Amino acid sequence: MLHIPCPWCGPRDETEFHYGHEAGVAYPEDRELISDEQWGKYVFFRANPKGWHAERWVHSAGCRRWFNVWRNTITHEFGPTYKPFEPQPKKPA
Amino acid sequence: MSKVKFKFDGKKYKGREGDTLATALLRNGVVHFTDSAYRDRPRGIIGLGHEEANALVHVDSGAGEPMYPATVLPITDGLVARSLSGVGDLPDTRDKSRYDKKYRHVDVVVVGAGTAGLKAAGEQARAGKDVVICDEQDRPGGHLVHVGQEVPADLLAVLEMPNVAYLPRTIVNGLYDQGYTVANERRTDHIDSGVHKKKARIRTWHFRAEHTILATGAYQRHLVFANNDLPGIMLSHAAATYVARDGVDVFKTAVVVTVDNQGYRDAVRLHNAGVEVLAIADCRQSASGPSVEAAKALGIEIMFGKTAVDAGIKPKKKTVKCVEIGNLDGTDSTCIDTDLVALSGGWTPTVHLGTYVGVKPKWNSLLACFDYRDLDNKWISAVGMLAGDFGGDDSPAIFFGPAQSETQAPDAFVDFQRDATLREVRRAIGAGMHSIEHVKRYTAIGTAHDQGKTSGTITMGLIGAALGKAPDEIGSLTFRAPFVGIPFAALAGRERGKLADPIRRTPIHSLHEAAKAPMEDVGQWKRPWYFPTGKEDLHAAVLRECAAVRDGVGVMDASTLGKIDIQGPDAAEFLDRVYTNMFSSLKVGQSRYGFMCGIDGMVFDDGVTTRLAENHFLMTTTTGGAAKVLDWLEEWLYTEWPDLKVYCTSVTEHISTVAIVGPKSRNLIAKLAPSIDASNEAFGFMENKNADVAGIPARIARISFSGELAYEINVEAWYGAHIWEAVMREGKEFGITPYGTETMHVLRAEKGYVILGQDTDGTQTPMDLGMDWIVSKKKDFIGKRSFTRSDTARAGRHQLVGFMPINGQEVIPEGAYVVEATNANQKPPVKHVGYVTSSYMSAALGRSFAMGMLANGQARHGEEVAIPLRGKVIMAKVTEPLFFDKENTRRDG
Repeated sequence: MLHIPCPWCGPRDETEFHYGHEAGVAYPEDRELISDEQWGKYVFFRANPKGWHAERWVHSAGCRRWFNVWRNTITHEFGPTYKPFEPQPKKPA
Repeated sequence: MSKVKFKFDGKKYKGREGDTLATALLRNGVVHFTDSAYRDRPRGIIGLGHEEANALVHVDSGAGEPMYPATVLPITDGLVARSLSGVGDLPDTRDKSRYDKKYRHVDVVVVGAGTAGLKAAGEQARAGKDVVICDEQDRPGGHLVHVGQEVPADLLAVLEMPNVAYLPRTIVNGLYDQGYTVANERRTDHIDSGVHKKKARIRTWHFRAEHTILATGAYQRHLVFANNDLPGIMLSHAAATYVARDGVDVFKTAVVVTVDNQGYRDAVRLHNAGVEVLAIADCRQSASGPSVEAAKALGIEIMFGKTAVDAGIKPKKKTVKCVEIGNLDGTDSTCIDTDLVALSGGWTPTVHLGTYVGVKPKWNSLLACFDYRDLDNKWISAVGMLAGDFGGDDSPAIFFGPAQSETQAPDAFVDFQRDATLREVRRAIGAGMHSIEHVKRYTAIGTAHDQGKTSGTITMGLIGAALGKAPDEIGSLTFRAPFVGIPFAALAGRERGKLADPIRRTPIHSLHEAAKAPMEDVGQWKRPWYFPTGKEDLHAAVLRECAAVRDGVGVMDASTLGKIDIQGPDAAEFLDRVYTNMFSSLKVGQSRYGFMCGIDGMVFDDGVTTRLAENHFLMTTTTGGAAKVLDWLEEWLYTEWPDLKVYCTSVTEHISTVAIVGPKSRNLIAKLAPSIDASNEAFGFMENKNADVAGIPARIARISFSGELAYEINVEAWYGAHIWEAVMREGKEFGITPYGTETMHVLRAEKGYVILGQDTDGTQTPMDLGMDWIVSKKKDFIGKRSFTRSDTARAGRHQLVGFMPINGQEVIPEGAYVVEATNANQKPPVKHVGYVTSSYMSAALGRSFAMGMLANGQARHGEEVAIPLRGKVIMAKVTEPLFFDKENTRRDG
């Protein structure tokens, strides 16, 4: 069970959280102007990297707030966490 | 020492207190223990602990055990056990034992209370860390317990330190990411033969540790030669311990076959305990060290460069008669008669827990094993034998892969429990499998109860020998939790039976139970399914309930609908963004039905939302979708629209809703709430009125999920039963009829109202459902952009239609596939063009009807399609998905 650092509550067990999706995929502002392909990229395409991945989680059984966090998809290690609209910290080495 | 009486395979035995079943049976001369699972070969005890591959028992006494190694089962007065042939069977009766759980955060977890574990724990504790020591055995000492030595006082003192918790009888079964450890403590298990009502049988510990120190020791391996599975052939450390520590005197003579100095140590122990050690066959060309010198001093014959080639059996006793010792290539062998063949095939450090978290052990050629020496890991470290510290006395061991002939290989066993032999391994290699992971799956080696504790490393060595490679070139040992078999109940703890999952009941539940309504599970909710009178079945009750609603008045408990309270100055704007239709135009006191779509434009929830005040809305969701919708709303507010001042609160449990439905509902509501004018002019469709009902303040809403004139009475949750009783009492003169979910489903389907999740599966747009009217052209909303994607906008998508069976007495099963009429009788495979999602017998229509999805369905009304079923075909006409009161004349009464 992962131990996930909620930026508001501190580290808590994975069972208190829900995974959202890749962090930093913004809802396009100019939805009616962009091409089908660009819109399709937003709807369907995600990075799915091997290694460090910026993710969006929600502390659903805790403070119910969303946050972003770097997580290593190989070692399951958590890197820096950051709140929505905060600048993204550098990808851990 | 007091005598313990127990039964094994129907026979009565006596043993000593503290004996395991294995010890006690050996003491009683039981060497042939059972027969193997697949080949029915006689087998005996080979090991000392959880590595045991043969001696499995089913325990009938006490809490019972479907499959347990006799080597770790303590005997208790009244124990009843029987031998298994590798296959267990579950008891028919419910386990009445208690199980519980504990959670603990700690600085350091130490796994294993042997010398190395205690030493490491002491270092941590003295540095001020909070330490938990989990140990499988009932007393500290690990290996020292086996060899009958006292644990040094300074190590024992560690257990008394205030910041050290020592848990004996506690086996660590799982190690996971970020220091998460799961252990099972046998609290009352096997302490006696009873079932304890008050104290847990097994406690499951969940630890979260900053660091975990693995001091798990090692298991000994056997050697692979023909007939190496005969009873009386044992691991040397186990044999020496049974004989020297426990005083088992069933063996008079022994031959030790070894690859390392452990064989010498055990030979000395056997000799000193009175067993005549006839020879030590060492496959090395030479050896030195104190144990070798000690064996020489005792005059034991040592044969270097020799190993076991074959073994013979005593036909009556079915135990080993002799062992053939020869050169490593199998030549020049001589037979030695003996009761015991003690095998020392090298140690396999117990790397299991480390491999659970993906830490790969390294091959150690000096010790011929995989270990965790020089481990550099943030979360775990290894000490003792696991770290390659074997105690110093050793000449290098060699890893010996046998050179058995083709005729001998079929009886040279690698995995005893799976009856897998050298022949199977060779066959797997011959079939092109060169990785341990492939060979394991091909031969089933390592997949039995013992999970390859003895056979894993051997198999890698055999593959390596066959391919001319070192074992570490074959792959790495990988194991999976749990380390030993444990009851599921131990993991569940007290959350079994009725406590397995939360049960949600409406405040009116007890009245439904009193009315003997069968319940339907809707998610965690219990909802009345139908309300039978007399001996009615579901079918009869639903036809009666439907007719009562359409002709008079019915009442339904609608309290389970999800409810979300939405407040704030931007609430209306927010709803405009999440619903496909407009909500900012909704007047206070009015309700509107809405659809929500995902960003892909697919409908995912629906419901009626009411504007209670300018900045205050009450949203209803599907019964199953409430939590998901709240998450969805909050995600958008948090991550995309933090500028919107809106708060969402789940209020599902706060409100009871009683729906009165049917042409006579107006008369009933007028009687229940005399303060309101219930006429259609004064109280229109989708309007809300506040009034007292039976003395309770209520919000009455004119909402219909049946097409009938209907009113929903909403009150504070705890008045639900009171309102239901008032409705039943006051409704008597109108023939009030309670109805359940099944009737609700039929009534809504007759009107073509979809149930999301039943008629949809996340691949339908509002347009696919024929509900273009609900999609606003004036504003943007989540998912709108996807409607113009080529796939979403294309013609011919699966669309919602009605299916009217030609024979109105036939009800199509829900989920059935729809094919073209021309393919009605074609043998499979047949291309299907749609499927049925809702199907019922209708009282109002006097016939059956169905809804479902059909490719290009909206353009195919009037055509015929076929629904092929096993043994018959139902022909149906495609219609619009609206079957009753097409002009909507009944809605206003």
